[in-house]
Amino acid sequence: MAEYTLEIKDLHVSVEGKEILKGIDLTVKSGEFHAVMGPNGTGKSTLAQAIMGHPKYEITKGSVTLNGEDVLEMEVDERARAGLFLAMQYPSEVTGVTTSEFLRTAINARREEGDEISLMTFIKEMDKALDQLEMDKNMAQRYLNEGFSGGEKKRNEILQLMLLKPGIAILDEIDSGLDIDALRIVADAVNKVREETNLGAIIITHYQRLLNYIKPDFVHVIMQGRIVKSGGPELAERLEKEGYEWIKEELGIEDVTVGQN
Amino acid sequence: MTTVMNIPYEEQYIEQFSKSKNEPAWMISLRKEGLELAGSLPLPQPEKTKLDRWNFIEGNHTAEAEVIDDIKELPEALKAFIDLDNVPENLIILRNQMPAYQSLNDELKKQGVIFTDIFTALKEHEDLVKKYYMTEAVKVNEHKLTALHAALMNGGVFVYVPENVQIEEPLQAIFWQEDESAAMYNHVIVVADKNSSVKYVENYVSHNKDVKATANIVSEVFAHDDANVSYGAVDHFAEGMVTYVTRRGIVYNNAVLNWAIGQMNDGNTVAENITVLEGNGAVSFPRTVTVGKAKQLQNFTTKTHHYGHNTDGQIIQRGVLLGETNAVFNAIGKIEDGSIGTNAEQESRVLMLSKDARGDANPILLIDENDVTAGHAASVGRIDESQVYYLQSRGLTRKQAERLIIHGFLAPVVEELPIEAIRKQMTELIEGKIS
Repeated sequence: MAEYTLEIKDLHVSVEGKEILKGIDLTVKSGEFHAVMGPNGTGKSTLAQAIMGHPKYEITKGSVTLNGEDVLEMEVDERARAGLFLAMQYPSEVTGVTTSEFLRTAINARREEGDEISLMTFIKEMDKALDQLEMDKNMAQRYLNEGFSGGEKKRNEILQLMLLKPGIAILDEIDSGLDIDALRIVADAVNKVREETNLGAIIITHYQRLLNYIKPDFVHVIMQGRIVKSGGPELAERLEKEGYEWIKEELGIEDVTVGQN
Repeated sequence: MTTVMNIPYEEQYIEQFSKSKNEPAWMISLRKEGLELAGSLPLPQPEKTKLDRWNFIEGNHTAEAEVIDDIKELPEALKAFIDLDNVPENLIILRNQMPAYQSLNDELKKQGVIFTDIFTALKEHEDLVKKYYMTEAVKVNEHKLTALHAALMNGGVFVYVPENVQIEEPLQAIFWQEDESAAMYNHVIVVADKNSSVKYVENYVSHNKDVKATANIVSEVFAHDDANVSYGAVDHFAEGMVTYVTRRGIVYNNAVLNWAIGQMNDGNTVAENITVLEGNGAVSFPRTVTVGKAKQLQNFTTKTHHYGHNTDGQIIQRGVLLGETNAVFNAIGKIEDGSIGTNAEQESRVLMLSKDARGDANPILLIDENDVTAGHAASVGRIDESQVYYLQSRGLTRKQAERLIIHGFLAPVVEELPIEAIRKQMTELIEGKIS
């Protein structure tokens, strides 16, 4: 199994001229799950989008490498093919393109010409993943995310994770909009991928709830565009009990967001 | 209005041509009337496109053609439209407007289904043809091009489905301009009698890149009470073809006429698709797509014209524009006084892939009745960057992502084409035009 190391160093990111991330350092290796937590507006999603290469996010300083390769020099699709995956908070709807057609194209984009996945193998893997996620078989024949409920969209993101088998995944608030049953199903699927492929992941969430089902090895708290505290699973548990106030007090932070300072 | 068109045909020629086809007297008169009117009538005036510099009378009126003995001998460009593993039982091929291949399932023949070239139909089913040929749907005296069409009609297909006959397998017609200088004045009539159903699909193909020729095409479709007609078309004329094509239908009580038209021409094109919802409960879903490229000029008008009670017309137009092309999309819903309970919807969407292309979507609703519902949506825009990002984030290159988005954009029409081979061919034509 291939080993991956994603290394983020002193990452500064601006959106429309405003600095959102002010020096993030984070290293994620295969098999490791890092939870990135923090209140709304502190830069969590910016971190996710900047790593994946969303054109709106401008890197002003710092580096991101995957197995030593400069990620920031890569196009978005090159990052994906190099082994990165982002389960998005708000995935796009693409009319006229079925999830199945799209996924087959995406799988084949990672393979050499002449070595495309056979239709039979693809259907088998797809059906297995749909079963695991307790998704209707018809979902794959529907247009990508079109008319999907919030929960369906999240499951569809994880369906893609399961089929594309990335090295390092970033899961951006995959728990939002999921009820407790759906949350458990999605978490089970992620854990299974972790087990089978030695996935490394950054799990972005502002509720500890998700971490009851997906156990992180490391927990990082982000405020004002910086990681202000890191620890093990016990940090998430304390946040669950006590909220973020104690960290703010400890660090003398009044406004956690990147907005007003 | 000045025009670049000069009509090189005289009455004597028209008479001779008609005689050579053994046409009935009324047809000769109609042709003569057409020729006379063609001299005086103006060109049509589609919204937002000026036609006075277009020449709609180029190419030779007649050309020779050989009979096709074996479908497998056809050139590749043509074979692509046919499912070769399962050659359709109901297939007509006109080659340079001459009947070159004709087949119809025996069972359908027994049931009284007519599927034959227009000249044979004029001989064998004269009364039926006379009843529908340029009498109700398209008239000789509308403008110069309908008049010219009447004068010069040089080929076509006649379809008649008797009462209560349901045809499962599609009827397919291929109109192939093999001789690059052959003009096509093609005429199609599809009549679905009461409570019958039929799927008809046609393909126009030419290769005249540098040689100029004219395609002046008229289709007239009649869906009688409770009939169900689905009409598919993929037009693929080469750059040298100047095309006027009007496809019209009249839909009677509780009948359905659905259109799926792929306009994949490379030359300048004026295309009209007009459906008259005559009867109560008449329904039509006209769908049309195009991919315009290079310096192509195109004008598309899709119209539903509502007369009956509780009629339903829902137009979808989709265009993808590249290069320096210019395309106008007119969607018209016209509801007459007394057409109560009617619904008229339209949606025109244009995707611009080049900054030098021009696209224009005009939603037009003309409503003379209060008790109706109507709606329109029109948009001209570029590819949604957030979609491209999303697809790229899964490993697709920008090009792959754009291609997928474009195919998806055109899918609502492509998916309605009733023959798998033609859907595939349509997808390939789209691919060819956008790559």
